[in-house]
Amino acid sequence: MGELTYAQAAREAIAEEMRRDPDVWALGEDLGRGGVFGQYAGLADEFGPERICDTPISEASIMGASVGAAMVGTRPIVEMRFSDFALCAVDELVNQAAKARYMFGGQARVPMVIREPIGIWRSSAAQHSQSLEAWYTHIPGLVVVTPATPADNKGLLKSAIRSDDPVVYMEHKNLWSLAGEVPGDEDRTIPLGAARLARAGEDVTVVSWSRMVHVCAGAAAALEGEGISAEVIDLRTLWPWDRERVLGSVARTGRLLVVHEAVSVGGFGAEVAATVAEELGAPVRRLGAPRIPIPYAPPLEDRARVTEDMIAAAVREMA
Amino acid sequence: MTDQPFSIDRGTLLDAYRTMKTIREFEERLHVDVARGDIPGFVHLYAGEEAAATAIMLHLGDNDRIASTHRGHGHCIAKGVDVKEMMGEIRGKASGACKGKGGSMHIADLSKGMMGANGILGAGAPLACGAGLAAKRRGDGGVAISFVGDGASNQGMFLESLNLAAVWNLPVVFVVENNGYAESTSVEWAVACDSYVDRASGFGMPGVTVDGTDFFAVHEAAGEVIARAREGGGPSLLECKMYRFYGHFEGDAQTYRAQGEVENLRENHDCIKIFRAAVTGAGVISAAELDTIDAQALALVNEAVEHATAAPMPGPEDLETDVYISYA
Repeated sequence: MGELTYAQAAREAIAEEMRRDPDVWALGEDLGRGGVFGQYAGLADEFGPERICDTPISEASIMGASVGAAMVGTRPIVEMRFSDFALCAVDELVNQAAKARYMFGGQARVPMVIREPIGIWRSSAAQHSQSLEAWYTHIPGLVVVTPATPADNKGLLKSAIRSDDPVVYMEHKNLWSLAGEVPGDEDRTIPLGAARLARAGEDVTVVSWSRMVHVCAGAAAALEGEGISAEVIDLRTLWPWDRERVLGSVARTGRLLVVHEAVSVGGFGAEVAATVAEELGAPVRRLGAPRIPIPYAPPLEDRARVTEDMIAAAVREMA
Repeated sequence: MTDQPFSIDRGTLLDAYRTMKTIREFEERLHVDVARGDIPGFVHLYAGEEAAATAIMLHLGDNDRIASTHRGHGHCIAKGVDVKEMMGEIRGKASGACKGKGGSMHIADLSKGMMGANGILGAGAPLACGAGLAAKRRGDGGVAISFVGDGASNQGMFLESLNLAAVWNLPVVFVVENNGYAESTSVEWAVACDSYVDRASGFGMPGVTVDGTDFFAVHEAAGEVIARAREGGGPSLLECKMYRFYGHFEGDAQTYRAQGEVENLRENHDCIKIFRAAVTGAGVISAAELDTIDAQALALVNEAVEHATAAPMPGPEDLETDVYISYA
């Protein structure tokens, strides 16, 4: 065990997997210099420019070339820097990577990891702050991962790299500097599709992912003083998602609140809530952002965030 | 045959003719079958353009990859994809190259280096860059060919791919199949520059324009740019000027065509007739030999149709397979 930041944990995952498998390589803008968030720091020194590969600013061709390289047997890690920028490459991801295996009748493997950092990051405004994870959960053929902790960022990224399917890997930009204990064991991976119990509780189940897990945990701690016991589940991966864990929890607590940073309308919370309602008939609620582009001015941006107080209030109303 | 005028040996010429005729018969049969209602989806026919795919593919092996287009049947046949499996796929049968899950626009055979026809215009170009990069990193001498139509050559992903291939010095050749129409829109209007050679030079790579109805011209030009890519000399752009005999898709009313245009193309610009005249005129291959191949090509296509007709449709058990490898 050692303490690493969320960004360092991902870097360690990549370094270990690149040592383990010579077919793993990474490409994107500014990777040779360590990546815009330092998440590739030093990797070019160890692995050289052939495996830590700089690209022009050209998202469509970066994504498309990665799909082609994956189809012929290599395992690219594609750095998009901001999920917002990846929208320039959605055809290559949605029409090519996600569908190749099915439309070619099972011939193709597209083992690639697409790193698309999400989330509000102080005053980055409308084109550098979005959380678009729900879009990709809607696409058959894609895996969607949203790690919340340094340990998970290492273990999940290692699993994503080893996956034979295309994985949209969405780290939260506000978590890059979050420090935490990270197991050093190179063989430790976290299976995709297994949620994490962030906090045990009895009265209500709160499901979340990515940065919002920490906000939910804060709300749950506050509620404990009021005698309300909230269970917090970190989904970790949105597709596949851990239905059994969530349904099992709600079967005990009898109520569900789903919390995410993304716009509430059409968010993945709706899928979780609908599933719980269909399977258990339990009362469900969702909390997410209002249906606005993320604003620049701090007081406006703050209104786009789901806060501990909002979560606690919602739980009180349900409990 | 040492005194023959072509730089290609007689056996290869016979193979090339067989490939072109197989493509032609395949497409002519589909034209009939679509009209008869035997084909469930869209097809875009390659008839008239056979010389380009055939001449280019003669320079490639299974280790070389191609990324094709919506008009991909000719590329598939020339790259060695099984004709029976293709016909099965187009009819949506379980015997198809993709088990009936892809159809005409998604035929692929990765074992043959055929990375897929593509329903998204221009999308094959970055795929070819990726295949080229993988070949370069492995040092296996492989090249990748991106086929694109004149219309899709205006797509951003195609133009970005030209730049990426040049920056990375990839073993990729971008083949622009210029048949004059982007669906129904004239290339004269839709492509801002006068020549694709100018576009290539804008990305720092050689560009060559050839008469795509001239098998020998395409073969020679493709040989140079493919050899250059294979030897580490980087990407090139090859424009083949050609004509399609049918519409953008089967069912296209083709109101954009001039009166008598197709009749003139079939009479005076048919790449197979031109090839036939060249090889028989030079005395390298007899008309009787070619006639025999004609009959064999027709028989092969008929057999493929019979095979496809008899094959079962995929069943409900196939519906949700092949979405993921590891998950559900």
